[in-house]
Parts: sequence; C-alpha cells; structure tokens
Amino acid sequence: MDFSFFIMQLISGLTVATLLFLVASGLTLIFGVGDVFNFAHGSFYMIGAYLAFQMISVLQVNFWLGLVLSGLGAGLVGIVAEVFLLRRIYGRKHEAGFQILLTFCLILIIDDLVKIIWGTEYKTIQRPSGFTGPVQIGDLYIPSYNLLIIVVGIIVVVAAWWVLNKTRAGKIARAAAVDREMLGAMGINVPMTMTMVFGIATALGGFTGALAAPLRSVTPGAGVEVIIDSLIVVVIGGMGNFWGAWMGALLIGELTAFGIVIVPKWATLFSYLVMIIVLIFKPEGLFSPRKIRKV
Amino acid sequence: MKTESRFRETSLWATIMIIFGLVPVFMTSTYQMNLASHILIWILFATAFNMLWGLTGMLSFGQALYYGLGAYFVGLMVKYLGSAWFFPGMAIGLVASAIIALLIGLLLIRVGGVYFTMLTLAFAQLMYQIMFKWYNFTGGDDGVVGIMQPGIFSNPIVYYYFILGIVIASIWILKRIAYSPFGMVLRCVNQNPDRVRFLGRRVRRNQLRIYIVSSVFVALAGGLMVGVDNSIHTDMFVWTTSGEVILMTVLGGINQFFGPFVGAIALILIEDIVGAYTEYWSLIIGTIVLIMVLLFPKGLVGEFLQLKHRFLKLKKHGG
Amino acid sequence: MNPLLKLESVCKAFGGLKVTNNVNISVMPGEISAIIGPNGAGKTTLFNQITGNLLPDTGKVLFKGKDLVGQTPQKIVFSGIGRAFQISSLFPDESVLDNIKVACLSRMNKTKKFWRPMLKFKQATEQAYAILESLGLESQAQRFAFELAHGDQKLLDIGIALALKPELLLLDEPTAGMSPEERKVTQNLIKKLWKEFDLTLIFIEHDMDMVFDIAQIVRVLQQGTLLAEGSPEEIQNNKEVITAYLGEEL
Repeated sequence: MDFSFFIMQLISGLTVATLLFLVASGLTLIFGVGDVFNFAHGSFYMIGAYLAFQMISVLQVNFWLGLVLSGLGAGLVGIVAEVFLLRRIYGRKHEAGFQILLTFCLILIIDDLVKIIWGTEYKTIQRPSGFTGPVQIGDLYIPSYNLLIIVVGIIVVVAAWWVLNKTRAGKIARAAAVDREMLGAMGINVPMTMTMVFGIATALGGFTGALAAPLRSVTPGAGVEVIIDSLIVVVIGGMGNFWGAWMGALLIGELTAFGIVIVPKWATLFSYLVMIIVLIFKPEGLFSPRKIRKV
Repeated sequence: MKTESRFRETSLWATIMIIFGLVPVFMTSTYQMNLASHILIWILFATAFNMLWGLTGMLSFGQALYYGLGAYFVGLMVKYLGSAWFFPGMAIGLVASAIIALLIGLLLIRVGGVYFTMLTLAFAQLMYQIMFKWYNFTGGDDGVVGIMQPGIFSNPIVYYYFILGIVIASIWILKRIAYSPFGMVLRCVNQNPDRVRFLGRRVRRNQLRIYIVSSVFVALAGGLMVGVDNSIHTDMFVWTTSGEVILMTVLGGINQFFGPFVGAIALILIEDIVGAYTEYWSLIIGTIVLIMVLLFPKGLVGEFLQLKHRFLKLKKHGG
Repeated sequence: MNPLLKLESVCKAFGGLKVTNNVNISVMPGEISAIIGPNGAGKTTLFNQITGNLLPDTGKVLFKGKDLVGQTPQKIVFSGIGRAFQISSLFPDESVLDNIKVACLSRMNKTKKFWRPMLKFKQATEQAYAILESLGLESQAQRFAFELAHGDQKLLDIGIALALKPELLLLDEPTAGMSPEERKVTQNLIKKLWKEFDLTLIFIEHDMDMVFDIAQIVRVLQQGTLLAEGSPEEIQNNKEVITAYLGEEL
C-alpha cells in the first residue's frame, strides 16, 4: 500500500465516518436526553435526501439553501411524530419495547410514503458547482465534495460542543439526560424540551441525508441501511454519548475503508463484530464511564 | 369449575384442529393451501418468539437468526446430500440452533433492556451477512430453489397435515411451559427480577433457558417453511423478518398466550388481502399496528378478553 | 448458646463516605430485635450486606457460624435468611396466591418443572394458603397483587419471605406509609408471626412505639456506626442515644 493510496483510503474513511457521525449524533442525542430509542432515525435521513432531491434537482433551488431546507423539513416531520406518537407512550409499562415497535412502524410507513411520492427508481443530485472535481494536493487528487463533507462535520462538532457547553439550551438538554424530574421541578417545560430535542435530532438526520445524496444515490431502502450503521456507531461509542458517537464513527469509517482493501468480501462484517464485542465486554460503550450496577 | 375449564381447554384445541384440519377440504387451490401453511408456520414462529417478549420481557429483534438457521440446515442438506436429508436436516438444524442459542445466549444475557434488543439484532445481521457473502456455499442472494421433501411428503396436502401436527404439538408444548412453575418464574423475571433473586432463583439462568427454548421452536418453524416454499433465501435472516413477528405479536396481544396465534393469522390475512389491491401493504400494516400500540396496547386478544370481562360483569350486576 | 447471625467488623464505603463503619452485632436465635437510627444511618445498607446485595469492604457476616460474604443473594436465601423490602417488592400482575406459591415452589426446588401445570402443585397451594391465613389475606387470594391496598402489599411482601421458611427474617420498615391504626394491627401481626413461625427477627423501624413495644433488643445506628445496643429500657435511658437520635421525642 503506497502512501497516496493510504491517504485516499483515509479520506474515504473520514467521509464515511463524518456522515455516520452526523446521523448517529441525532440518534444518540434523542437517546441521551429523552431516553427514547428512535429506530426510525434512518427514515428521517431518507426524508432529508428525498427533500433535497425534490428541491435541488426538481425545483432547482440553490444547493446550500436546499440542504438547509431539507434538514428543516425532516425536523418538522420529526416534531410531528414526537408530538402525536411518541409522547403518548412515555412512561408506559414496557416503554422501551413499545418505543422500538412504534418507531419500527414509522419506518414501514415512511418507506412506503416515500415510494408513493417519489417512486422506486434511483434519484441523483448533482454536486454543487465548485465541488464537482478533485482537489490537487501534491500528487494526490482528492474529491473536493468529500473534503466538504469532512469540513461540515467538523463545523457541526464544534457547533454542537458550543451549544451543549455554552448555552442555556445545551445545559437544559444535558440536565435532562441526567434527571428529567428535576428539570420539571425547576419549572422547565419538559415535554417541550423533548419535542425540540427530537426535532433537532431528526433535522440533523435529514440534513445528513441531503448532504450525502450527491455521493450516494437516493433510494427508498436508504433509511434502513443507515439506521443499522448508526446504531452500531452509537452502541460502540455509548448510547447518549455525543463524543463517543464521534469516536465510534471514526472507528467504523476507517475500519470499513481499510477493511475493504484487506478483505474486500468480508469488510461489512467488521462493524457487526466490533459492535458485538463492545456490547459483550462494555455494554455501556467504549467511551462511556462504567456505570455502577444498581442493586 | 375444574371440569368446566378442562372442557373449555379441550374444545379450544378441538376447534383449532377442526378449522385448520378442514382447510385442504375447502381451499383446494395451491395458493390457498400455501397461505394456510404460511399462517401455521408463522403462528409457531410468533408464539415461540413471545415466550421471550411477552412472557419473560426480553424483546429480541433477532429471532430471524434461528428461523433462517432452521431453514438453511434443511435447504443446504438437501442441496448437497439429497432429498433424503430433508427431515434429518431439520433435526440437525434444531440441535445446532440449540447449541448456537446457548452460545449466543450466554453473551446476550449479560446485557438488558434496549441493549439486549440491539445485540440480538446485531447477531442476526451478522449471520445474514455471512449467508449473503458466502455465495459458493449458500447461494448468497439467490438462495437455493427447488428443494423437495422426500417421498409422500412432497404432496402439498400431506405436508400440510404434517405441518399442522407439528405446529399444534409445539404450541401445546409451549403452552404447558408457559403455565408451569418454570413459566411462572419467567413471568416473575419479567415483572420483578430483583425479587426473583430473593426467591433464590437465578434470573439470567432462566432467561438463558427460555432463550434456547424459543430459538429451537423458531428454528423448527424455519425448517418447516422450506417444504412450503421449496426454497431458502437470505431474506429469512434479515431484520425485517424479526420485525414482522414482533408486529404479529403486538397485533394479537403480547400478554396473552394466544395473542401471537391470533396476531399471525390477522397479519398474514391482512397482508394477503391488502397485497391484492396495493403494493403498499407495509404502509397499511404499519398504520394498523401503530394504532394498536397507541390505542389498544393489549392487542386483539387482550382487548377482546377485557370486553368480555366487562360484559360478564355487567350481566352479573344486571341479573 | 451460639449467635445465629454475627457481624464482625463489617465496613462499607461508597467513595469516601463510610456507610457501614466497623459494625459488630450478635443476634441470638429466637430473638426479636430492632434497628433504629436517622435516615442515612446505613440501616438498609446493613441489610443489603447481610443478604448479599452488597459486598462488605471488610469484615465477616457469619450465619450459623458460616461466612456469607461473597455469596450470591440466591444462595443466602436458601441458607435461611428471608427479607421483606421497604418498598414492597411483589409480582404485581400475578395473583396474591401465586405470589406466595412461586416462593413455596422455589423453596421446594420445583421451579425447573416445565411440564406440570401450576394448578397441579397442590402441596405448594396448601402451604401458600396457610401463609395467607396467617397474614389474614386469604380472602384476597385471587386478586392481583397490584390491586391490593398499600398495607396489604407490605404484608404480602412479608408473606413471600415467609414462604421460603427463613430462620432469620429481615423486615425493612414494615409499617412505612401505614396509618396509625394499620400500624397497630401490623405490629401485633409481626409479633404473632415471630412466635408462629419460630423466627429470629430483625426489623428496621421509625415508629418508636412499635420498637419499644415488641423488640427485645434495640440497636441504634448512626452514620454507619453502632451507637448503642440494649434492651428497650436501656436504650430509652441512654444519654448518647437521646442526644443523637431520640431527642425531645421522649
């Protein structure tokens, strides 16, 4: 493996990792703050991708505006889902099981709705002008859109860090993750907080779907592939652990990128194996503190 | 009182036997026979699955793993060794599933709640990937077609009655388990695992036991299916298969032994009817189950029993 | 006579906080005793270390001369220590009878039976009914446990423990959340059960009337340390206890 090839794989892995992280961070946010496992998170990714197709390819909206609007659109659907569906089962006996079930139903419904609206054929989105070709660094030619994704990922990480650590909203969200009842006692509107978190997380998912659309073709099954991958990332990093998701995404992204070179056929197995190993030996995630087992 | 409940129990089984026993008489088309066979097999799958979820409180999103294994042992044995290995393959599949369930189960019981669900999903997807990629041996995405049962069992009506016998016997066995002291302990594990420890019973040990039992019966369902479809396919392992059995169970009612039984019939019939009009049946199923989860969480059987209970109470008060 | 339960310099700390600090206790067979102390004194923690929920950092928990430290709660239950909880710990969706019956079956080592229906285990049913009668719950046998009144749930919790035929029974605040009338009834009932089942009984309680009425020996815990130990009269007159805990109540 020569150096330039190594760099290429590294960049490719980083791109995958960034997209994975962007989706997974939404999943982990909902779990961490709301204790909700959103199995349908991948479907919001898919909604974002299709909205982007609709706006950018069909309606010829400006690419960057289209990205943002797609994210907002997915977030809106997320808010509707939270208010009308998930909120109704909070606190029910066997809640975790019903959450998984409810969001599984959402996958089925959204999948079919997307098929009805956009059909089953593959959709493509052109890369925005200025990011169609490669960038030359030394004798390396790196696709500029990949670099763009990586940069966007870094921006989101920094922004998220700022929001979580420096703003009141972030502090509320972090407090909610620890003790929801106390927040209520402090006079904070807990249901509203939950809805907003759900909206932000699904918007992030939709935005990622739109961002990834020029790289991957948009298909009705996209949500399902994405949820399994981001699930793996979240489990590895620790459910509800924002930074863990980042590390998990990097690990899986690079593992896949280099795995494909070494054992092309079996590379997809690696991520499952890693997830299984983590769940067995440190179920709370590689990057989360070990929990004290409750008596 | 006791004779009455015994009578009810017997008549319940008799009704089931008669209804399903008469299917080949009235439903003569291959399609209808096929549908009835599917219903029977999914009844077994769903009931075995619910021994984990409804009874013990362990939501597995990966029972498709054993469904696929049961089927692939039969299918691959017939493919490589010939038709005579159909039933031995089924038996070997059950034993192998029990061993694999023991090994995987030992790892699964270390985690609880959502993590358990995710880990079951991960194992099933891992197996799916292996079967998918191991093209030379498993046929990958193409699966294996043209798998025939030996001798007289290749006759669909004979095979139907074979399925009926096995499924009814299995359900009967599972019901005995559910209403035995062991089943009682499982319900207790579901409701209050900490207290179970103070009864001197090991929670995880019991969870492991029922995980193996459930998986073996799920594998049996998979093995039986090979003779109906005469093929095996990687879709049997895929996570939506695990999802479908969950939908059935919740449709029928998770806290009733016969919930999955009714749910499987309902879901397959809905699929069949809706499927005839539109290809978007998962939209319909998804919406129906969504409404069930939100408004009728006890499922068809649970809500029916509650209605009946209320009605009887009313009658008692009135009289 | 040898003590039934003997704690030898048991210590337990969470982080820097010593929740059990060098506790030495000897409980004689047949004794009925109370543990009192302010909230956070480490009373429940002490129970948890006896029943195997928590591992003491150092020290020994000797039951009938054998050290229990390191054994699982499951094993400790069968060596003869039963326990009822501060917040009643039941199987809410099962009938009152089955709550007790499953404990009887566990003691008879029949919970692995997966073939015979529950109804056929007549001996367990009889034993369960006998316990329900002792508790005065027999008329509620067929109701679901979650339907019971709070006080009855606490009794059922005790019943589950009794079904395991313990020699030593630990009750964690048996009258918590009860009305004064209910307390009086429960107090008499506990005394009755103690005699009827030939128990050695230790209870944690905040109701001082009950403590001084039925306990032969009272032990006072404060900040993880055994502050005093003695007959109800001795404790009532102990200056340290009065300043530390009983205060102006007396």
